[in-house]
Amino acid sequence: MLTYIILIINSMLVANMVFHYILGICPYLGVSRKIDTSLGMGMAVIFVMTFSSLVAYLIQILVLDPLGLGYLQTISFILVIASLVQLVEMVLKKYSPPLYMALGIYLPLITTNCAVLGVAILNIRKGHNILEVIFYSVGASVGFALALVIFAGIRERLALGKVPKSFRGFPIALVTAGILSLAFLGFAGLAQ
Amino acid sequence: MSLASEFTKGLWNRHPIFRLLLGMCPALAVSTKAVNGIGMGACVIFVLVGSNVVISLFRKVIPNQVRIPVFIVVIATFVTVVDLLLHGLAPEIHKALGIFIPLIVVNCIILGRAEAFAQKNDLLMAISDGLGMGVGFTWGLVVLGSIREIFGLGTWFGMKVIPEGLPTVIVMILPAGGFITLGFLLAAMNRIEHCRTEQS
Repeated sequence: MLTYIILIINSMLVANMVFHYILGICPYLGVSRKIDTSLGMGMAVIFVMTFSSLVAYLIQILVLDPLGLGYLQTISFILVIASLVQLVEMVLKKYSPPLYMALGIYLPLITTNCAVLGVAILNIRKGHNILEVIFYSVGASVGFALALVIFAGIRERLALGKVPKSFRGFPIALVTAGILSLAFLGFAGLAQ
Repeated sequence: MSLASEFTKGLWNRHPIFRLLLGMCPALAVSTKAVNGIGMGACVIFVLVGSNVVISLFRKVIPNQVRIPVFIVVIATFVTVVDLLLHGLAPEIHKALGIFIPLIVVNCIILGRAEAFAQKNDLLMAISDGLGMGVGFTWGLVVLGSIREIFGLGTWFGMKVIPEGLPTVIVMILPAGGFITLGFLLAAMNRIEHCRTEQS
């Protein structure tokens, strides 16, 4: 049990997807202007990342490895993610139209979120078993959502402050992300 | 739009990293050393030009509703090719770039150019655009990597440039250094653009 808790702490805080692996930066910078859109995007990412990592793992173990098709990993994983996002879109459109409207363009953009593909590949590279895949992916996606919401909170305040003209918009956002990354270094060594 | 202008727009006016703000993940993660910038840039040029060529050639045949999955499969194929080539021909670069080689498939630059340009333009324009964006991406990575390597390790392409006694700023090669350096670079480019538009 403890190993799984350590796994989650690792993927959520110590080796955070945004601040340590530098994954998912495009949506991270693009979506994080307001806290509520960030929350919505974070939820969607948690769902997609966990399920796609699971399906990708199963495909690797049941299809790619036995048939020696390791080189098809990139193609098959990205197809899994694209299909899953499409499925989520269809399900949300039918069963929860308000949530679908709220997420808007961000839902199809999860396909190009390098964090989702990155975590799927990382699970294989780290040699996780199926339970570890689930815990690691949940931790990673919650960590991403956490990074997103914290960042949105700061950016909402930044928008009201006096920022030098050249820095307005993305430059100051990037510097903020850098300082946040430094802050998250404080978690280093928390869990092995 | 001439062939030459399609090429040069990717070098400054429509620079993928600094102007279009695409491809940030590899730009930040891989640019810990200047030489990694060249390695990643070469891979991206290969995939970008390759996928632009294929998508431009087949643009009249690809149905509109399934175009994004088709683009993704084309790009993923080229990424797989470059991954295997690099693994065999340049294993140190393969190891240095690590997980970011398969992640080229979700590099927004490549999908972005396929969607915005290659599917609407003929072969030569698509090649020109791909080359321009790829070379622009490469020089952006090399500049970013050079700054981080010089201040963070005291070397440039492996050669020592900072004399022994002076300290190096290790944070520059950490993710935080990447974010902050890119932020300052973007601000510098904004400033250059402001001065240019004020003059004209």
